[in-house]
Amino acid sequence: MSEVERQQWDVVVVGAGGAGLRAAIEAREQGARTAVICKSLFGKAHTVMAEGGIAAAMGNVNERDNWQVHFRDTMRGGKFLNQWRMAELHSQEAPDRVWELETWGALFDRTKDGRISQRNFGGHEYPRLAHVGDRTGLELIRTLQQKIVSLQQEDKRDFGDYEARLKVFQECTVTRVLKTVPDSGSAAGDGRVSGVFCYDRESGRFFVLEAPSVVVATGGIGKSFKVTSNSWEYTGDGHALALLAGAPLLNMEFVQFHPTGMVWPPSVKGILVTESVRGDGGVLRNSEGKRFMFDYIPDVFKDKYAESEDEADRWYDDPDNNRRPPELLPRDEVARAINAEVKEGRGSPHGGVFLDVSTRMPAEVIKRRLPSMYHQFKELADVDITAEAMEVGPTCHYVMGGIAVDSDTAAARGVPGLYAAGEVAGGMHGSNRLGGNSLSDLLVFGRRAGLHAAQYAAGLTGRPIVDAEQVDAAAAEALRPFSAEGPTPGEPPENPYTLHQELQQTMNDLVGIIRREAEMEQALRKLAELRVRARRAGVEGHRQFNPGWHLALDLRNMLLVSECIARAALERTESRGGHTREDYPTMDREWRHINLLCRLADPTGGLAATDPVRGQISLQRETTEPIRPDLLALFDKEELVKYLAEEELYE
Amino acid sequence: MSSYEARFKVWRGDAEGGGLEDFKVEVNDGEVVLDIIHRLQATQAPDLAVRWNCKAGKCGSCSAEINGRPRLMCMTRMSVFSREETVTVTPLRAFPVVRDLVTDVGFNYEKAREIPSFVPPAGLGPGEYRMQQEDVDRSQEFRKCIECFLCQDTCHVVRDHEENKAAFAGPRSLMRVAELDMHPLDAAEQTGIDRKRTAQDEHGLGYCNITKCCTEVCPEGIKITDNALIPLKERAVDRKYDPLVWLGSKIGRRSP
Amino acid sequence: MATGTEPQMNSGGVREGTRAAIAAPHLRTDRWWLAPAATAAGLLAFVVYSTWRAFANADYYAAPYVSPFYSPCLAENCVPMRAGPNWEIFGSWWGLSPALLILIFPLGFRLTCYYYRKAYYRGFWASPPACAVAEPHKKYTGETRFPLILQNIHRYFFYAALPVAGILTYDTVLAFRDENYEWGHMGLGTLVFLVNIVLIWAYTFSCHSCRHIVGGKLKHFSKHPVRYRLWQWVGRLNARHMLLAWTSLVSVALADFYVYLVASGAFDDPRLF
Repeated sequence: MSEVERQQWDVVVVGAGGAGLRAAIEAREQGARTAVICKSLFGKAHTVMAEGGIAAAMGNVNERDNWQVHFRDTMRGGKFLNQWRMAELHSQEAPDRVWELETWGALFDRTKDGRISQRNFGGHEYPRLAHVGDRTGLELIRTLQQKIVSLQQEDKRDFGDYEARLKVFQECTVTRVLKTVPDSGSAAGDGRVSGVFCYDRESGRFFVLEAPSVVVATGGIGKSFKVTSNSWEYTGDGHALALLAGAPLLNMEFVQFHPTGMVWPPSVKGILVTESVRGDGGVLRNSEGKRFMFDYIPDVFKDKYAESEDEADRWYDDPDNNRRPPELLPRDEVARAINAEVKEGRGSPHGGVFLDVSTRMPAEVIKRRLPSMYHQFKELADVDITAEAMEVGPTCHYVMGGIAVDSDTAAARGVPGLYAAGEVAGGMHGSNRLGGNSLSDLLVFGRRAGLHAAQYAAGLTGRPIVDAEQVDAAAAEALRPFSAEGPTPGEPPENPYTLHQELQQTMNDLVGIIRREAEMEQALRKLAELRVRARRAGVEGHRQFNPGWHLALDLRNMLLVSECIARAALERTESRGGHTREDYPTMDREWRHINLLCRLADPTGGLAATDPVRGQISLQRETTEPIRPDLLALFDKEELVKYLAEEELYE
Repeated sequence: MSSYEARFKVWRGDAEGGGLEDFKVEVNDGEVVLDIIHRLQATQAPDLAVRWNCKAGKCGSCSAEINGRPRLMCMTRMSVFSREETVTVTPLRAFPVVRDLVTDVGFNYEKAREIPSFVPPAGLGPGEYRMQQEDVDRSQEFRKCIECFLCQDTCHVVRDHEENKAAFAGPRSLMRVAELDMHPLDAAEQTGIDRKRTAQDEHGLGYCNITKCCTEVCPEGIKITDNALIPLKERAVDRKYDPLVWLGSKIGRRSP
Repeated sequence: MATGTEPQMNSGGVREGTRAAIAAPHLRTDRWWLAPAATAAGLLAFVVYSTWRAFANADYYAAPYVSPFYSPCLAENCVPMRAGPNWEIFGSWWGLSPALLILIFPLGFRLTCYYYRKAYYRGFWASPPACAVAEPHKKYTGETRFPLILQNIHRYFFYAALPVAGILTYDTVLAFRDENYEWGHMGLGTLVFLVNIVLIWAYTFSCHSCRHIVGGKLKHFSKHPVRYRLWQWVGRLNARHMLLAWTSLVSVALADFYVYLVASGAFDDPRLF
């Protein structure tokens, strides 16, 4: 069985989105031989879907902006649950990461004086998002892709081989992170990362990449939900790989529902409508034509947002003397408001609300500033956004929770050699992410992960040995769907597509935007049932490019991650950011310093945990590290009182 | 909401061979061809191989040929076909087939590697770049490219002549050359790379006979021929066929 | 690892061995042949008409109108046109139609034009007949070698087209005379000439080479604001290059035909004032 091809690399990066590519570039520039593995073709990662921009306090448009203001906005947006050191590093380093892209060929939109233009976005005090029309993510991924090609060209010059020191394994999937075991003779010691087990989607062939460092940068989990802006790749692979390797996940209950996804036609339900629509002047109205967001400004934001339409409209031209429109509240607030309007019967015909730019600016301006939105609606919904309002509603967009990492090094906790960056890493965004902070997060922590992964690999004295038993087990696990049988012999195996649809429906209905205790308990029972059935998921055909097989393998990951979300959401008895409990509707200051960690209940690898009460995941509470005093001093005392518990304030 | 049963022909097979298979499948209001392919996967052909990602025309993964025309499956609404029409879906026909609707698009990645990357200007550090919007407009248009490779697929130079693949980089790659040559801060020339000349000498610009199919199929609406390929041809003329420029460069070493 | 396969060197066009096994040269269900057929028919009609008229060497001048096919008239055998653009550069040894001397320039301009190239490569040469429709040729080298490499001289024909258009403009000015060379008059022919010359200039300025020369070749528009404006202006015309190519082709033939009708006496030029 263990006759699988093996290759040796220094750093393996799983995922080729913004974080993965930035990590790979850094690792390669540190001198590490680096392999990148991605499920899709090179350059197709979900990062291309990011539209609005990259948040970085460069101060090009408003020179009062600086990293402290960005830090403050990020902490406010995350309701102070952020891993503050990450938020600090992020706001400090983001400008450098953006400027560096320009030296690799990126072409951002410009200001009059030739610098990078920056636009307004929800939750950001000043215009801060470096952007390229509404296709910033594409620019980011293309720039990183082309930087990788340029490094490969260097290697071609120096070694005669493009892939001598940096190779992209496209359309390959990692199913297991391998670790050293006691007595394996590994000079590096046991319990460390030793490589990854992968299959090539095209041929179905298994292979092992041996490497002391693995950077997980696989993105999010949206495909566990029915209505989502995420692509098929977002099956929580990295989260699951880390869990299975013994690393904990952090605060998985926080899932961001982007307030504005398309709601019609059904086949595109969930596809994103960029926040720039609101940043550039678009307004939300209910079926009565009312700009309802004025009714939903929470107390903590009362003094930062306009109280009248007149003031809000003045803000676009004179932001210094007016407060911003409430359409630009953080995403969790807007998503909840839309949800409430629809629930109270003031929704649009297809169950959303109206997002209107047509009455706010001339058709020409709309087409110039929001070209891909114009096309998206024209071509997918047959709606001309320069003439009529869009219908939008919340869509599962981003998971704030993720692999628990060290702020400075991006190292996953408890598994030496494992690193995580981007959406798959937790902590940075607290309970809610601000728009624009994800692209900068990818770059800042992608680079840090690549840097430290390369340094760790270089610092080891010997290479970790791959355990043949783990390889055999991984191969057997991956092949199981081909020999699956029904509950009794002779019955057909489960259809992975059906299981996936049931899982999505369950998460959408029971652990969605508004959560209730009974429903989440019901969800856990349903997940237990699906787990049992997923073990019987079978596929037709052979191993060559077989999507049914791929989905059957991804189900394991989605089920693990979904359980984490449901369990953590059940545990956290408050509402904060991307976690809203109907039975605990307010934010509780006592929860501010509590992190919830998910671990595999049975780390020996037995996945047969069918007991819905026990499940596969165990939860652990952890008290967060107090925020450093100089960072706390950036806020007014009156503001801190709203978030921090008594004892935190007087330390 | 209305739904009906549509007739589909989908090419199934691999490098060894294959053919068009008939399907009858439900179609609902507002659906696109990719939705129908997914329905086939979920209900009739679980191992039907297809590439896709964003389903919003932004990633360029789901390229195929629908009724013989290269298109993105996610951006082809079923409403453009009549209910009686049989919709034929095949893989891209300019590239080697892998399985069903999936082709080996490696050609495009190989060509991309052969184009020298952006050369940062000496003496300008990160954060010091200053460019005017009008100077980046042209290259920005080309950077809208989502690399769906439909232009590479439809281009008859390689579609109908496999042997030209060695010499001809294809519209997408030539547009990349144009993008870099028009980049206001690209310093390739200072390092001895002449993008205008290499476009013709190394990337096969001369094979292009500007018949504009690349522009016709571009889902991003990029004017590949008018804004990238023809300007690049004119730039090559500057270098290679313009006696005045040639004379000037011999006498004064001036650069235009 | 989808980058693995090397392109194979056996030529089978779109039915090449490694590609999806589909026997049909194309699967298009629309009327893809209509556009190339119409193009070919249109171009062919013009070629037939212009060949006849160019070799006819008759009925090309009816004061004050000179056919654009025969202007400037550069041979001794030209019909005398008072103040008109006829200069006897070619002596009596030239016995053929004087149109042949001058038509070479507009013909060359249009023959090497980026739009017309597309039109006749598709319409006449079927290379390709339409997008994603297999072309019938075994080999293809495009514009990499003689003679098609000569297409690169398009810009010199553009330079040459400027004085020709200038002379046609002069002809149009002369058309504000009456048949007795009195100024201040206008006939239906004047109107035909006016329309034609506007279309000729619009087509000439919408040329891709023109667009390159006025500004397209620049790396920094911001340092050349005037040329940038010009480039934008030409760019807007250039977007309609195909339309202008056809309308100016029709208008020049019509202008010639109008002169033919008047000169041959088949039609009297209605006087507007």
